[in-house]
Amino acid sequence: MATPAKTPTVFAPWEDAAETPLIRFRNVTKRFGEFTAIDALDLDIYEKEFFALLGPSGCGKTTLMRMLAGFETPTEGEITLAGKNIVSVPPNKRPVNMMFQSYALFPHLSVWDNIAFGLRRSDMPKDEIGQRVEEMLRLTRLEKFARRKPHQISGGQRQRVALARSLAKAPKLLLLDEPLGALDKKLRHETQFELMDIQEKTGTTFVIVTHDQEEAMTVASRVAVMDHGKLMQVATPARIYENPANVYVADFIGEVNIIEGNATATGGECYDIAWAESQPVIHAQSSEPLAADARVSFAIRPEKINVTAEEPTDRPNKMRGRIHDIAYLGNISTYHVEVGGQIIKAQMTNSRRLARRSFTWEDEVWLSFTDTAGVVLTS
Amino acid sequence: MRRFSWFNATSLTLGFAFLYFPMVILVIYSFNESKLVTVWAGFSTKWYGELLQNEAFLDAAWVTVRVAVMSSTIATLLGTMAAYTLVRAGRFPGRTLFSGMIYAPLVMPEVITGLSLLLLFIAIGLDRGVTTIVLAHTTFSMCYVSVVVSSRLMSFDRSLEEAALDLGCTPWDAFRSVTLPIIAPAVISGWLLAFTLSLDDLVIASFTSGPSSTTLPIKIFSAVRLGVSPEINALSTIMIGIVAVGVISASLISKRAAIQREREERQAAG
Repeated sequence: MATPAKTPTVFAPWEDAAETPLIRFRNVTKRFGEFTAIDALDLDIYEKEFFALLGPSGCGKTTLMRMLAGFETPTEGEITLAGKNIVSVPPNKRPVNMMFQSYALFPHLSVWDNIAFGLRRSDMPKDEIGQRVEEMLRLTRLEKFARRKPHQISGGQRQRVALARSLAKAPKLLLLDEPLGALDKKLRHETQFELMDIQEKTGTTFVIVTHDQEEAMTVASRVAVMDHGKLMQVATPARIYENPANVYVADFIGEVNIIEGNATATGGECYDIAWAESQPVIHAQSSEPLAADARVSFAIRPEKINVTAEEPTDRPNKMRGRIHDIAYLGNISTYHVEVGGQIIKAQMTNSRRLARRSFTWEDEVWLSFTDTAGVVLTS
Repeated sequence: MRRFSWFNATSLTLGFAFLYFPMVILVIYSFNESKLVTVWAGFSTKWYGELLQNEAFLDAAWVTVRVAVMSSTIATLLGTMAAYTLVRAGRFPGRTLFSGMIYAPLVMPEVITGLSLLLLFIAIGLDRGVTTIVLAHTTFSMCYVSVVVSSRLMSFDRSLEEAALDLGCTPWDAFRSVTLPIIAPAVISGWLLAFTLSLDDLVIASFTSGPSSTTLPIKIFSAVRLGVSPEINALSTIMIGIVAVGVISASLISKRAAIQREREERQAAG
């Protein structure tokens, strides 16, 4: 597992061919009767990763996680954990623990006994169990609540008990099923950072299932975007956002303008995209070679587009439009600008006070962006 | 909306009178001095004293209690197992048929249940006695237990069992240490239901009892056919008393548990 070529601060085992993944899905398919929940999926997850499975409900992310826990068996294919095929291993024999969406705390046991529950079923000696429980209580700052029953503590505390209980056995892999779904927004943000902190401290591999893209982007080292039982893209949060592999991912993560047109090569990695008759072509770059006159989708994030009153001189792409709508969000404003019969969203930070800003509805403005601001997508 | 009105008061009085007037009459006449049930001759507790001397009644009471304890225990065991399978095992061939069949004794006329059991016991050569009554009572009361337990299991968060498995329990260990403690109130109330059903059953017991195993309801019924004696009134009053004490204390316990829980939840929220 030596990675001499890398600087020690960058954690990216997935880029290292010498690394062996902790978890390996090979051609895994899961069907429930007629319905295919997971469709011939391949996926590698590495040790110490914080891996997020992201997708809308029904995309198969929960099924994927339940197969790791052992509550579902794949119809076809193989899942290995640390080199061992675990498909036929029952949940109680796997070095995997899960934090449930409902927390699933045992209501008849105290916080202390909840955390000790798994340890008592291992071959750990009694006095060590006590020490381990105290350690988990300290880690999750629950020392004061050890003797309480689950219904006597708040939602945030319950969430921490569930985390402590699932971490107590020091599993190789911790699964988190929408762990923060039941918390309010502020507590959720705090807890996200707590989770990352605990993940780093314990060095456990975390796999989190979520439908909240912001949460996935915040906590994860890599994100897998899923749809209809297939992986749409697996990459770091930054790559997912800046280099989406397809229109689905671009559209699912954050806001995006999708402009459809025909691409013509202009040499090197440069292409011109003709998208509306009355409008100038868009100059863009694509590292993937495109076929001549290929039908493409040009995806560009609103914050990459500048809105100005005067015609910009230093930008390769510029177009003239009329402001259709302004959404004022405090720190930023989103302008809906009509260009060539299409609404293009552009975002500007409100660095000036409201009264001094220059645009209003129906104003003619210039939109501009660089030739590397957007990505060219063919699917 | 919660205003007192004459209409409400009247309907409440009528309803309760309808329910409890016969019992009140029975209780009052159990303290009658006279041997004639319908003639009041002053207050006395002598019939209670005489009841304690009546060995036939005491024997029947002892048989009834033994039968009720044994049959309700077996019924609780079988009913809980059946409920668990029906709710948890998912789809298996014949599940619908099975779940329909387990509820059938709820609507089956008792005479038919009793008769079919009698025929069975004769066919297999089982002598009628305490054993046959226990078997018969188990048969009809286990479906009540399974109704009570399965309704609790249906509202039970499945992920609790999965969490137990995930933390290293075998399926049996998960049932014993997580599921059972949580559904215990339903299991206990199922047992109590089976116990009371067995206690007051007359029809099925009369089909399946033998000469040495007369239960109290049979005894009372046959005694009444020879004429109502004040002793029967006294016996019935005692039974009403036992049932009332049981029901009231059970509801008090569960009410106190609910209040306790509510208070703790308020503390947790605050």
